Amino acid sequence: MARILLFIALAAVVFVALPFVVPSYYVGLTTKILIFALFAMSLDLLIGYTGLASLGHAAFFGISAYTIAVLSVKLRMSEWIAFPAGLTMAIALGAVFALLALRARGSYLLMITLALAQVVWGIAFGWRTMTGGDDGLPGLRRPAFVSDETSFYFLVLGLVAASTVVLVALIRSPFGLALQGIRESESRMQALGFNVWRHQFVAFVIAAAFAGLAGALYVYYNRFVSPDFLHVVRSAEVLIMVIIGGVGTLLGPAIGAAAIILLEDIISSQTQHWLLALGIIYVATTLFAPRGLIGLYRERFMARRKP
Amino acid sequence: MTAYKALDVQNVAKNFGGVRALTDVTLAMAPGERLVLLGPNGAGKTTLFHSISGNIIASAGRISLFGQDITQLAPDARARLGLARTFQITNLFRQLTVFQNLQLAVCGAQQVTFKFIRPMTQYADVRERAEALLAEWNLVDVADTIVQNLSYGEQRQIEVVMALAGNPKILLLDEPTSGLSPAETHRVAAMVRALPRDMTILMIEHDMDVAFEIADRIAVMHQGRIIAEGDEATIRGNKQVSDIYLGVE
Amino acid sequence: MIWVIHTLNGISFGMLLFLLAAGLSLIYGLMKILNLTHGSYYLIGAYVGSTIIAKTGSFALALIVAPLVVALLGAVMERYFLRRFHLQELPQTLLTFGFLFIFADLMLWIWGGDPIVLPKPAAFSGSISIGDARYPTYRLALIAVGLIVALILWWFQERTRLGAMLRAGVDDAEIAGALGIDVSLLFTLVFAVGALLAALGGVLGGPIIGAQPGADFEVMLLAFVVVIVGGLGSLRGALIGGLLVGLLDNFGKIFFPELALFTIFVPMAIILSFRPTGLFGRL
Repeated sequence: MARILLFIALAAVVFVALPFVVPSYYVGLTTKILIFALFAMSLDLLIGYTGLASLGHAAFFGISAYTIAVLSVKLRMSEWIAFPAGLTMAIALGAVFALLALRARGSYLLMITLALAQVVWGIAFGWRTMTGGDDGLPGLRRPAFVSDETSFYFLVLGLVAASTVVLVALIRSPFGLALQGIRESESRMQALGFNVWRHQFVAFVIAAAFAGLAGALYVYYNRFVSPDFLHVVRSAEVLIMVIIGGVGTLLGPAIGAAAIILLEDIISSQTQHWLLALGIIYVATTLFAPRGLIGLYRERFMARRKP
Repeated sequence: MTAYKALDVQNVAKNFGGVRALTDVTLAMAPGERLVLLGPNGAGKTTLFHSISGNIIASAGRISLFGQDITQLAPDARARLGLARTFQITNLFRQLTVFQNLQLAVCGAQQVTFKFIRPMTQYADVRERAEALLAEWNLVDVADTIVQNLSYGEQRQIEVVMALAGNPKILLLDEPTSGLSPAETHRVAAMVRALPRDMTILMIEHDMDVAFEIADRIAVMHQGRIIAEGDEATIRGNKQVSDIYLGVE
Repeated sequence: MIWVIHTLNGISFGMLLFLLAAGLSLIYGLMKILNLTHGSYYLIGAYVGSTIIAKTGSFALALIVAPLVVALLGAVMERYFLRRFHLQELPQTLLTFGFLFIFADLMLWIWGGDPIVLPKPAAFSGSISIGDARYPTYRLALIAVGLIVALILWWFQERTRLGAMLRAGVDDAEIAGALGIDVSLLFTLVFAVGALLAALGGVLGGPIIGAQPGADFEVMLLAFVVVIVGGLGSLRGALIGGLLVGLLDNFGKIFFPELALFTIFVPMAIILSFRPTGLFGRL
């Protein structure tokens, strides 16, 4: 317990001090890492804790981003309307996905979530008059009170930290334990009197909401939205963040997000073949660290403690 | 005193595609009665069991629990009416600890569900009941052990304890001794015998000795029908039963 | 007359989708693997085919060799990578996604970013008249090839010993194993055949769709939709789903050019909500 508190205190000091120590490029990069850490944690709630695999998680991220961009840029609405509207759309879409997909499991669920997400991608791509199609929608401005890099960083830091607290509380609550029970055995949970479907539905919507929050922050970070925001590649990217970090550990996926974003940053500046490098990383991770970085750490740690 | 039967199965039938798994099964249990279902593989015991637990919905007929019609209810709704079951193939939360397994069982029984904010540890009623179960069934030492690290015999025992967490009015046991050594079988049988006498128990069992040891009454199934019902002597004396079942053993 | 043309276009495209979906569906049915590299097999088939044609001038040779090359690739992927993660959908998905990226980059490296359209075989380069319009014989030949493949697959599945094993395996791999079927070999074989069919689709589709970066992803998605619509593990579902999606895609592009993909995905969502297992599937 004391170690955990120490860890949190240390992390808080590092994150708060960061923008005053490193160049602004790295402040931006850290902002991006924080946003994707939240995105990955939201997916881990589904995959790691509820046992529902999804390959369409970017749809929630993207629809929130698009809603904000369209309302702000095309319809000139204030961020106080656009931002909540983005989250609402993500939640609504989460409910729709859950209604359509929740009867499937395993890799069939992966395929269905992928296909459903592609519907949303199709709208973003095709509805040029509203979304700008392939070109995307540029020209989004950050709210006045966070217009500079540092204050935006602190907004993101605050929201991501608060979300993490909420997610941790959720996992430790009876609801969170019930989700883990569902992951382990749906039939047993039913026999114990739990309405499994309703739990899964709520988990899906909560995960969509946090993914939507991440998407909202990312569109302000980027000041631009394009169909890439909700492409399957993005869904797969966040999936790899979760797996590389460690499924069902919450902290792991956040670390996974940092690892992937730093790697992309380094690789794309070194070589044209970043897709090849990324593919090799995906394959290598699966083969050599199937339990993720957290799993690797735990194995080492446990091994050392044994005589 | 109520006029209701604990469990009342009336003319239940079940078809899978074109195959009749159950034909016109009628079976009633008085509150507190202990009934064992016997029959060879494929006789329809498991289908009947699942129709009662709700994992299968009967094609025809009516099933009621203490006077309430449950024929169409989902398994979780039946559980909330006081029906608990075990599984033939051990079905526990394998990656959770024994204590967490019991916590979930108690949460289900006490309907501590959709509580999002306070941590599980702060629910005193759940904790106390789970701790009481640990003490009652000598599981205190393994409370923090991950279930998949327990021996098979221990897992079978927890399989039963999980179902007891909510003090069910009716308990369905699906071959609780399957795969156990003679000593372990004896332990589980003793465990079932020691359950409160007011708990209605329906059990599928292959082990003849265990069946006769526990049952007040026995029902024998064959080809989707109940072909004999009665106490040990009646069943042992039944020609048809000894032909198709006892003779085989 | 224009409707006949559009319908034929839809059917011929549907046949290509059938070739992709049949393999995807069989692989899923037997091994529960969601193979994200299935579109890559298609594109590799098309590229390798284009190189063979460029070197030898023989479309027939491309049609035979390219699918075999890709089948070998599929067999290697199954035996040395996917095999280790049997029934673990997350590692499998990740592996196939990794290979999707690797193949995409390598293809870009080798064949460049410009679209390559394969030349039609001489025998089918002409057109015939349908009413007052001309229709390319190649597309008609494509429909015929699709039907022939469907027949062969049907015969294979229903009438051969291997097919019986496959059906047993789709129903329950464990039981099939207990019955003495060499499930391990069956897995590799089915994976290789699935890859082969996809690559065959790539070579056949080369003259009308062409090969270009990104096509791997597009056809993979369409194949997924076909499988979801038709039902997993069902050959009939792959054929009818393929034709349905082919037609929807073709007419969708005519009526709703702004929402091209939508005309495929909306019917998919509707089918999903009423028949979660697809038109001919069972879970």
